[in-house]
Amino acid sequence: MSATGNAGCALPWALVTPALGWTLLFFVLPFLAMGFSSLTAHDGGGFTLSNYSQFFNNPAYWQAMVNSLQVTAIVTVVSVLLAYPFAWILAEQVPERWQRLALMLAVLPFWTSYVVRSYSWLLVLAQNGVINRALTGSGLFSEPLQLANTRLATITGFVHFFVMLLTLTIFANLKQLSPSYRKAAADLGAGPVRTFLHVVLPLTLPGIMVGAFLTFVLCIGDYITPQILGGNNELLMPQLVMMQIGRRGDFPLASALSIILMAVVTVVYLACARWLKIERA
Amino acid sequence: MSINLKTPNPTAKDPLSVLKSHLHAACAATALLLATGSFAQAADLNALIWCDHADPALLQPFEEANGVKVNVKEFEGTGAGMAIVEQSQPGDWDVMVIDSIDIPRGVEKGLFEPLPEDKLPLADLFPQVKMDSSTVVDGKRYGITEKFGYNTIGYNKTKVDPADMQSMAALTGDKYKGKIAIYDYYLPVIGMAALAIGKKTAELTEADLPAIKDELLKMKANAKLVGEVTASQTALATGEVDILVGGGEWVTAGLAKENPALDFSIPKEGAVLWSQSLAMFKGSENKDMALKFIQYIMSPEGQARLATSSCYWGMPANTKAALSDEQKKILRFDEQPDFLARAQPYPAPNADLDKKMQDVWTEMLQAQ
Repeated sequence: MSATGNAGCALPWALVTPALGWTLLFFVLPFLAMGFSSLTAHDGGGFTLSNYSQFFNNPAYWQAMVNSLQVTAIVTVVSVLLAYPFAWILAEQVPERWQRLALMLAVLPFWTSYVVRSYSWLLVLAQNGVINRALTGSGLFSEPLQLANTRLATITGFVHFFVMLLTLTIFANLKQLSPSYRKAAADLGAGPVRTFLHVVLPLTLPGIMVGAFLTFVLCIGDYITPQILGGNNELLMPQLVMMQIGRRGDFPLASALSIILMAVVTVVYLACARWLKIERA
Repeated sequence: MSINLKTPNPTAKDPLSVLKSHLHAACAATALLLATGSFAQAADLNALIWCDHADPALLQPFEEANGVKVNVKEFEGTGAGMAIVEQSQPGDWDVMVIDSIDIPRGVEKGLFEPLPEDKLPLADLFPQVKMDSSTVVDGKRYGITEKFGYNTIGYNKTKVDPADMQSMAALTGDKYKGKIAIYDYYLPVIGMAALAIGKKTAELTEADLPAIKDELLKMKANAKLVGEVTASQTALATGEVDILVGGGEWVTAGLAKENPALDFSIPKEGAVLWSQSLAMFKGSENKDMALKFIQYIMSPEGQARLATSSCYWGMPANTKAALSDEQKKILRFDEQPDFLARAQPYPAPNADLDKKMQDVWTEMLQAQ
């Protein structure tokens, strides 16, 4: 092989090395360290599986996973249902020259801090907040409803955030869709509903699934929103993980719980992998 | 396709040389930065603190008087603090604020330096908060209590009957259902639950946990939320709830000007005494300055500033704290002898019981 041939072979590796190094340093090694930690005892003893067995034997721990999956599933479904029509209106109904502005307005809440946004929701949903004042002021309810510090509040905070994320992914997918598909469907006699159900929706499914998967991953690992809006009236997995660290510094158990959470995300990824291809089938 | 890496123009700089010279420059700059950083670090005082020590009104007088910069890092929970220390190099930290009951944990890990008792105003401290059982290990003092208070019942006196707040029974009865928040820290609230069922906090064992759990579940059934410091304080201040289980002067005193209706009681069953201490790191390379800092915090002026910190108020451990009459009134300074007599120590479980207590707390949080 010539020198230039070697250089041609080496260059791609040279270019990809920083990314590989980054992944190795900041994902693979920490993950291995976490895996190792999860197999050690908090009191400094040797190898043990007790951190994992605690999760499966303690109903309160197990319940945290159930709560996390329930909340995440609801958030993902509701966000998709809200984001799709929103993205469709942006892509199809808003004139091209206004789309950029409309998109910017749609993602405007991204510009504020996540924590500030969550506290803002707490004030909106509070007993003396805007919603309760409107409900009691209009005479619909005589007493304020408990909206803050509930699962509903957590879901509301999450949905507000993830609708924006999903809108972006679905919008991008809709914009990539050639108008020829719809024209062809119309030529073949399909009405708007049929065209949507049999042409547009299947072709935008990758965008939906990518957005939904991102929503799932980010939501199931989020600590801030349930902590601020949920009022600790139930624990989700990230809260349970943090709880092990606060006073007791039980990193082995926290690591085990984190790995279990990652395993669940991996299972969901594998289940969705078919639809998570970037290119269209 | 191949790429010729050699430059065809001998007058132009070899890209590899340019890269090397840039790397050398970057390395030199980094070394310089690290060097200046380490000089700065050596001259500074590095403190692992709770948020009340981050108040510039507390730190600035010390910095100006001693020509030193106090670098602070806030943490919550002894476990998190210890983790920061374990991930640091010896000498990175000079002083630490820590739950008084957790000082033996630091001593066991070999982190702390004994403090010179003759250079500290120990005689001026409220005797009940010296906490020698925790702050003195093997005859050596490793910590000094700087601030204390009570985990008890905080409430809005315009919304509840203050007479009801003299008994913990109000927390589990129907009268205030849905008007209660619980402070989200298992040790003090478990201590309160223990007091409610007539147990002494210093004598808790695993056998007490089922009864404590029942009491906690009754409290939870009445509670609107279980919140950490900010959330529970906000809930009480905004009227979301009228009672805070585990609240005390640390919630009500700082808000006294904005909301004078907030108050706290020490019910007939008693209250849980919390206290925070200062400790010096054995690996500190700036022990003289660290001791000066501890002496400043324990001085009457330092104590007053710490007690009224913008993050949260609390009782100064030093009886000679230079508080104004108004501040003393807000903190109920003159009532302290009675309060202290009725308060019980913070639960200080061993590692095994601590874990079981946290699990009981987890079950309480998950209960619907």
